[in-house]
Amino acid sequence: MTATRISWRPWLSRALSYATAIVLALFVLAPIYVITLAAFSSQTRVYDYPKDLLPRHLSTDTISFFIHFGGMLDALQRSVYVAAITLVLALVVGTPAGYALARFAFRGADTVRLTVVATRAFPIVILSIPLAVIFIRWGIDDTVFGVSIAHTALALPFVVLTTASVFAGVSPELEEAAMTLGCSRLTAFLRVALPLALPGLAASAIFVFIISWNEVFASSLLTLRHRTLPAEVLSLLDGAPLNFRFAGGFFLMAPSLIVILIIRRYLFSMWGRVVK
Amino acid sequence: MATVQFQAVRKTFGKVVAVDDVDLAVADGDFVVLLGPSGCGKTTLLRCLAGLEKVDSGRVVIGGRDATDLPPRRRRIAMVFQSYAVFPHLKIYDNIAFGLRMQKEPKKAIRERVDSAASLLHIEDLLDRYPSQISGGQRQRVAVARAIATKADVLLMDEPLSNLDALLRMEMRAELKALLQKLGATTIYVTHDQVEALSMGDRIAVMNAGRIVQLDSPLAVYDHPADTYVGGFIGTPPMNFLSAEVSPNAGTPVAEVSGGSFSLGNEAASLVGRKLILGIRAESIVVEPEPGDSLIQATVVVVEPLGSHNLLTVQTGEDMLKVSTPPHLFPEPGSSVWLRLEPHRIRWMDAETGRALPLPAAVPHSVAG
Repeated sequence: MTATRISWRPWLSRALSYATAIVLALFVLAPIYVITLAAFSSQTRVYDYPKDLLPRHLSTDTISFFIHFGGMLDALQRSVYVAAITLVLALVVGTPAGYALARFAFRGADTVRLTVVATRAFPIVILSIPLAVIFIRWGIDDTVFGVSIAHTALALPFVVLTTASVFAGVSPELEEAAMTLGCSRLTAFLRVALPLALPGLAASAIFVFIISWNEVFASSLLTLRHRTLPAEVLSLLDGAPLNFRFAGGFFLMAPSLIVILIIRRYLFSMWGRVVK
Repeated sequence: MATVQFQAVRKTFGKVVAVDDVDLAVADGDFVVLLGPSGCGKTTLLRCLAGLEKVDSGRVVIGGRDATDLPPRRRRIAMVFQSYAVFPHLKIYDNIAFGLRMQKEPKKAIRERVDSAASLLHIEDLLDRYPSQISGGQRQRVAVARAIATKADVLLMDEPLSNLDALLRMEMRAELKALLQKLGATTIYVTHDQVEALSMGDRIAVMNAGRIVQLDSPLAVYDHPADTYVGGFIGTPPMNFLSAEVSPNAGTPVAEVSGGSFSLGNEAASLVGRKLILGIRAESIVVEPEPGDSLIQATVVVVEPLGSHNLLTVQTGEDMLKVSTPPHLFPEPGSSVWLRLEPHRIRWMDAETGRALPLPAAVPHSVAG
């Protein structure tokens, strides 16, 4: 009796964890699948009810129309640029700040930490109007760079706080060991702390990319003719037919999926599976 | 290889004085152990030598060169950390080669040095693995190999064995000692384990509250502690301390402790009239079954058989003593025994300062009183 119960237990727990994983995967994948399917369906099929969940009537009509619709590709390109610039800026500025918070017990470190979080307490709605005014004054309104720095400001708190906890997980003794072995502070950071923090930094990078990619409000306010994709889609598709909306959704979704797939390999530990 | 000098080195953290004006000279090829309880400043002193801490005042001289303001990489030192600090993202080979690569050695020379360091520590088979794939003991070996591979002038070790289990620690202790003797490197070794200090060091610097209280050979530190602190810290069990007085009894000085009195040699005359602490090691007390001349009576409280000897806890007067006896002697708890405190094995300390008084034989008469 007890023997069977013991042998059933690991089986059951494994079955349960697989079941949970499948449910979670379906939760994420199902909408992605439906959107993709609809984006590649012809206009008439999109309105079908009940839906045909098998890809039997694929057509690229909607997508190609959407792509060639005025400025969509440009908006896509701008979105990629904005997200990329935001990612670089936020990591270049935020990583050292996170490192400093993790390593040095300087006066006011807690205040800095709190302030960083507090910046997120201001709704972007309140910030956007003054920001737009300043941007117009500086002449960077309606530009990729302008939107990038606004997005960088939005993403920085996440970068600072996540990298701080990532670096806190890298033992300072490792860097000290590197310094006794011939490194300066900087080379010890570059050769030891940075590679060890890479998985965490990758996670942070994905986060920043998605924050920027999905951000609509600041982009809509700070641009007029040179919109990022979400802002463009939002402004154009309001009255558009359903199949266009699906095509727009697909375009919003696809690049961030690709970026996640690229960065994903850094997310997992790279050195003999276990990283301490 | 190089000499090391600390000159009035002081290091504070806020209001806490971690290292308090320490002077210490280490000769070329010397193996000095910094020994003390946690918080005594020994690791801070080592980190000041490594350049990982900036000293508040004083100088650190390595190989005749003032290194006080040099960064760690210019001090020609190598360090083994308590946590080993083996780089998890590098294979063992690259870990050991790390310092050599920073020195821009040619590839072939690196290969040779890594191989020889690895073979000295018997980890040749692990070079292709990552640190997460080897045991703690093996990681410890990697840390030592990485430190010796750079052929630094001074080798610093911060409690390198404290994370190993007892058996492995004992094995590694002997191996490390043999290895360091073979290398002949100047070594500063920090530990809180007095057995490690006694067994490994050429000299031991016993530290307390940021100061070096005694610097001596292991035997001298054990036999002639500079004060009650050293005597009470070193040795298992620590030295016994009893408050005592010496009185002149018809020419022969007599020591009086709470449990009785016994006669001393004439040289103890200088101790007459002072408030004293009598220090004696457990193995310097002889247990007799019958009363006799110059024996003091004691009651057995606990008997602990330890295989090689028995450890008795006995009460004499107001004092509790630890006494070690041959393994065949098993007095009943509660029974009476008689103790002989070997006069020449007694260390006299001043009751107020706790400092050791010079050996009675060496005391000139003018000091007494």
